Amino acid sequence: MSDTTFRPVTTETPLTRVVLILVSMAFLGLLVAAPLITVFAEALAEGAGAALESLSHPEAQDAIRLTLIVAAVSVPLNAVFGVAAAWLITKFQFRGKAVLLTLIDIPFSVSPVVAGLCIILTFGANSWVGSWLVAHGFPVVFALPGIILASMFVTFPFVAREIIPVMIEQGKTEEEAALTLGASGWRVFFTVTLPNIRWALLYGVLLCNARAMGEFGAVAVVSGKIRGLTATMPISIEMLYNEYQSVAAFAMAAVLALLALVTLALKTLLEWRYADQLAANRRH
Amino acid sequence: MMTGLVHRSPIPGFGLSAGVTLTMLSVVVLIPIGALFLEGFSAGIPTLIDTINTGRVRAALYLSFRLSVIAACVNLVFGLVLAWVLTRYDFPGRRILDAAVDLPFALPTAVAGIALTALYAPNGAFGALFKDLGIKIAYTQWGILIALIFVGLPFVTRTVQPVVEEIEREVEEASATLGASRAYTIRRVILPLLMPAALTGFGLSLARAVGEYGSVIFIAGNLPMKTEIAPLLIVIKLEEYNDPGAAAIGLAMLAISFGMLFLINLVQVFSRRRIGHV
Repeated sequence: MSDTTFRPVTTETPLTRVVLILVSMAFLGLLVAAPLITVFAEALAEGAGAALESLSHPEAQDAIRLTLIVAAVSVPLNAVFGVAAAWLITKFQFRGKAVLLTLIDIPFSVSPVVAGLCIILTFGANSWVGSWLVAHGFPVVFALPGIILASMFVTFPFVAREIIPVMIEQGKTEEEAALTLGASGWRVFFTVTLPNIRWALLYGVLLCNARAMGEFGAVAVVSGKIRGLTATMPISIEMLYNEYQSVAAFAMAAVLALLALVTLALKTLLEWRYADQLAANRRH
Repeated sequence: MMTGLVHRSPIPGFGLSAGVTLTMLSVVVLIPIGALFLEGFSAGIPTLIDTINTGRVRAALYLSFRLSVIAACVNLVFGLVLAWVLTRYDFPGRRILDAAVDLPFALPTAVAGIALTALYAPNGAFGALFKDLGIKIAYTQWGILIALIFVGLPFVTRTVQPVVEEIEREVEEASATLGASRAYTIRRVILPLLMPAALTGFGLSLARAVGEYGSVIFIAGNLPMKTEIAPLLIVIKLEEYNDPGAAAIGLAMLAISFGMLFLINLVQVFSRRRIGHV
């Protein structure tokens, strides 16, 4: 009695299944697993000592510190924006809501390089705003504020996109009940809304942080690549790689790859543990 | 305030949330994009067209969009296969495979760029294999294509997966009891159900590939007219202090990618109308 005799009509033959599974494994193996293994293999090519030593170099330390500062400023700002935008969009009826949603999504379809270009044209020394800022001792482009703005631009929709669907699903009856019981607006937000959206918020912050710490294109354009001052971790990877310092470049890359793996692990954990409290259409 | 525009709501915070949202949106996104338009159009439309219509810029734009479309098509096919395999089949390692799909989202582009280059360069693990076959991957258009497939890999899978989960087995059973073969059911029943989501993923993958910079520049070789992508040309113009030139290419990229997204939306509206609301 062969297996195919009782095969349910809603599945494929065992052979088709095996072929499709092998094709999937080969595709992901060649494109995803192999590069990831390469990062660690190249970083450890001269031993763990050489990799660690290159990371303790002052310039590497500066790059790591700068990346942490950029994430520490841009991620909370984007979280505040995401919560404000979600509150505005889900709690009120007003004209132009669809337009606002489209505008928030713009950074998804703009090249990071174009994003950096936009920041330069707005705040660069040749621009009207930029020349005024430079004259008052607050340069934006080729300095920290520009890197933060560029990172914010490319990660702008991340938090809002995660919490808006959750807040739409939850409606506003709970908030209205709290208000009729005499709670203030802030109290309603902190005791009713925030607990309802906390996991979706964390999920958005996680994605936002991974992208902000790893952003290359937009930051490359605005940073000016000044060693120790405006070279973030991804920028210093490029500089080291172009100087043929392979171990140092891949050691720095391995740190960012570890960050990506931790992000994925936390993301999977959140999806698995709090699936019901995350947006249904979270996969984008 | 703003009566007529806003329905009165008992919930407080309209002014504050609108203020924060609009201020941040303006400073971070809208004003910078406005500056791009101002700079691009400042010298007049004929100058703008002349800047874009040079051999090197045309070649870069054509290369970027051609390879992005091919990469998005590859991702469309493999994305559908992956979504199906990861949702419908149970096999050892499925969870790891599922998590691996997200890696291109999480891995910084510069990291992916140098890793793919090390792998596919003539002295790299895969590059050496292809070298024996007489094929050069890194520093050619093949290399760019591989990088673009990598960055766009998760989109189709992630948009199609929830739809595969929601397909009711009854429609497949109905099709089978009516005498359709499995292949016919997949082609005429299942694929049309997946198509709108797959097109969304295709569009996202395409938009991502067109603008991609970090993972491409290491593996591309960056030869003018041959392996020079449009975003790199923007960086080169900026390094030459040619802001108007950079703005013109930026505007052209914006226009073409929004045009493509608009076309994909149109196709989607038609396919939804043909098979009903999904």
